[in-house]
Amino acid sequence: MKFLNRKTAVLAALGASAILAGCEAPPPETIQNGYRGLQMQTNYNPRLLQASLEANVPPDAIPAAAEGGPLAKDVYKNVQVLGNLTVNEFNRLMVALTNWVAPEQGCYYCHVSDGGFEEDGIYTKVTSRRMLQMTQDTNANWKDHVADTGITCYTCHRGNPVPEYVWVTDPGPGQPTALAPTGQNIAAASVAYSSLPYDPFTPYLLQDNDIRVIGDTVLPQGNRRSIKQAEWTYGLMMHMSDALGVNCTYCHNSRSFYSWDQSPPQRTTAWYAIRHVRELNNDYVVPLTEILPDSRKGPLGDVYKVYCATCHQGAYKPLYGAPMVKDYPSLQGPIPEGGLAAKKAAEEAAAAASEGDAPPAQAKAEMPDVAEPTPAAEAAATDEQAKAEQPAPASEAAAEEEPAEATADAPIEQQPQQYPPRLQYPPPSMMRYPPAPLQYPPAPQTR
Amino acid sequence: MAMLSFEKKYRVRGGTLLGGDLFDFWVGPFYVGFFGVSTIFFATLGTLLIIWGAAMGPTWNPWEINIAPPDLSYGLGMAPLLEGGLWQFITICAIGAFVSWALRQAEIARKLGMGLHVPIAFGFAILAYVTLVVIRPVLLGAWGHGFPYGIFSHLDWVSNVGYQYLHFHYNPAHMLAITFFFTNALALALHGSLILSMTNPQKGEAVKTGEHENTFFRDLVGYSIGALGIHRLGLFLAINAAFWSAVCIVLSGPFWTRGWPEWWNWWLELPFWS
Repeated sequence: MKFLNRKTAVLAALGASAILAGCEAPPPETIQNGYRGLQMQTNYNPRLLQASLEANVPPDAIPAAAEGGPLAKDVYKNVQVLGNLTVNEFNRLMVALTNWVAPEQGCYYCHVSDGGFEEDGIYTKVTSRRMLQMTQDTNANWKDHVADTGITCYTCHRGNPVPEYVWVTDPGPGQPTALAPTGQNIAAASVAYSSLPYDPFTPYLLQDNDIRVIGDTVLPQGNRRSIKQAEWTYGLMMHMSDALGVNCTYCHNSRSFYSWDQSPPQRTTAWYAIRHVRELNNDYVVPLTEILPDSRKGPLGDVYKVYCATCHQGAYKPLYGAPMVKDYPSLQGPIPEGGLAAKKAAEEAAAAASEGDAPPAQAKAEMPDVAEPTPAAEAAATDEQAKAEQPAPASEAAAEEEPAEATADAPIEQQPQQYPPRLQYPPPSMMRYPPAPLQYPPAPQTR
Repeated sequence: MAMLSFEKKYRVRGGTLLGGDLFDFWVGPFYVGFFGVSTIFFATLGTLLIIWGAAMGPTWNPWEINIAPPDLSYGLGMAPLLEGGLWQFITICAIGAFVSWALRQAEIARKLGMGLHVPIAFGFAILAYVTLVVIRPVLLGAWGHGFPYGIFSHLDWVSNVGYQYLHFHYNPAHMLAITFFFTNALALALHGSLILSMTNPQKGEAVKTGEHENTFFRDLVGYSIGALGIHRLGLFLAINAAFWSAVCIVLSGPFWTRGWPEWWNWWLELPFWS
C-alpha cells in the first residue's frame, strides 16, 4: 500500500507538471465585447500583448514634400501609376517605399543598376507597380475593410522584400498512407495548430467556395453539407482568429454562428475582408505568376499569396490601427489628373458641401475619382448611390449565392412535396444556403 | 410523518459543529440543526432574489430568465443591484446554501458515528461551483467572469467560453474530466445492472450473492473489483470528474489565454522527435 501511494504521488506530480507545462501566469488582459455574462470577450497574455504592441509600431512618417514643382510624368520616363505626383512627392514616396520594402537592398532592388531608372527589365519593378495599384485600390475601394486607417506597403512588408506571412497551396506532408489524402490531421500552424484542414486558403481565399455550411432550418431538412465540410470552414476561421490575435467570439456569438443580428459589427468587416483578400489574390497577386521567379513560389508553382496574417500579424487591426496612410495621400487612391493638390481641393469642397447630413467618411470614399469640386447635390446623390451599392452583407450574400442555388438545388426543387413544411429559422429572407457539395479538395488525380 | 420503531435509537443528541443544542431536533423525517436553518435561509433568500430579478427583467419565460454577472469594468467591486449586484448576492446565497448543506451532512454523519465521505464527496461539487463563480473570477480580476444564472444564458456562457480558446476539446484537463464523467457512467451502469441481475432473479430462481457477482466479471474480463472496490472506484471516478472539471476551467483564462490546440506545442517542441 505504501508503495502504491508513492507511485500514485509520482504519477500525480507528473500529471500536474504535464498540465502546467507551458502555461501562463494570471491575471490576463480581458476585453468585454458583448453583454455582461455572455462571455464574448478577448483574452490577452500581457507579456505577449506587450511584445506584439512593440512589434507593431509604424515607422515615423517622412516630412511632407515641398509643394509645387513639375509633375513626375513630365520629368521622368515610364511613370505609369504615380505620374500625376509632383517630383517632390514622387521622390518622397520612393524613399518611403524603399524604407518599407527594401531598406537593405535599396533602390536597386527594383531598378536595374546598369540601365536607366525607367527600365522595366527587372521583375521586382513590375511587381512594385502592381502592388502600388493594389494599395491604391484597397484604400479607395475597400473602406468596408480598411476604413480610413488604410494600408501602406509597410502594413504587410515591415522592411522585408517579401512579407513575412504569405501562403501557397499546400500539397501536404506527402506521408505514405493507405487512405485518400484528407488535407488535415497534422498540427498545422496555418490553422492554429489544430488538426483541421491545413490549407483552407486555396478554396476560400483564392477560389470562392461557399464558406457557410450551417443549415437554416431547425431540423436538418435538405442541407447536405457535412461535418467534413464544416472542418474546412473552421480551418479558415482558426486562421482568422490566430492572425488577428482574437478568438471566435470577436465576430460571433457562438450560440448562433450564422445569425447576423447576434453578431458584433466586426463580423461585417471580416465578411468584406474575405472578399477583399480574394480579390487581391485573383486580381493582383496571381497575375504576377508569369514574371515572378521560382523563389517566390510554392512547391506547386503558385505565387506567394495574401491572407489575414499578411497584414494583421497577430493584431486585431494591423499595426494596432495606426493611421499610416493619412501621411501618404499618394497611396489613398488612384491619383487624379492634377495631382494631390486637385485631390485635396476636391476633398475640402466635398467636406464643405456635405457638412450637413452626409457622413464625411463616405463622401471621401468617393472623392479620389473626382478631380473637380462637386456641387452639394451631386455629392449627396453619390452618397445615396454608395449606400445603395452596399446593402447589408447577409442580403448581398444571399443575392450572390442565388445563381449557385438555382443549379445545385434543381433536383430538390422539382419535388418539394418530399419534405414536410420547413421550419425556417431565421426567416428565409435573412439568408439562404445552396445545398451544394464542396468541390474542395479536388480528387487526388486532379491535384 | 410516522417514524419506524427502530429509527428512534439513531436520533441522538450532540455531534453538532456549531450552536450546541440549538436547532438540534428533527421535523418529521428531516434533521434540522443550525445548518438546516442556514440552508433554508440562504436557499429561500437566493430563490426570492432570482424571482425578484426575473420580475425586474424583460421576460417570465423560464428558459430565458437571466441573472447576469456585472460588466468586467466593475472588476472585483460591488455592482448596482440590477447591473450584476443581484448576481453577486445570489452567488453568496448559493455558496451559503451549498456549504450549509455539506455541513449538515457532516453533522448527521457525526451523530451516527459515520465517516465523512458524503460531505467530502459533495465538497467536490461545491468546489467546482466555487471555482466557476469565485476562484476563476478572482484570478481573472472581475466578477463578470462568473456564469450567468439562467437556463439558456448559462449555456451561452459555456459555449462562448469554449470558443474563446478556439477548440476547448484540446484542453488536457477537459479531456480528463470528460473521460472521468464517461467512465463514471460506465461504472455505474455496470454496477447497477450487475446488482439488479443478482437481486431480481427470474421467478423460481434464488437471489444470488457476491460470489456470483465476482464470478461474472472474472469470466467476462478476468477480474472483479469486488463489492467494496466498486464503491471506491465509483467515488474516485465521480470526485475526479468534478475535480478535473474545475481544473479545466480554472486553467482557461487565468493560466492560458490562447487557443487550446496551441498549448500542445510543448509536445511538438520536444527535441528528440521533432
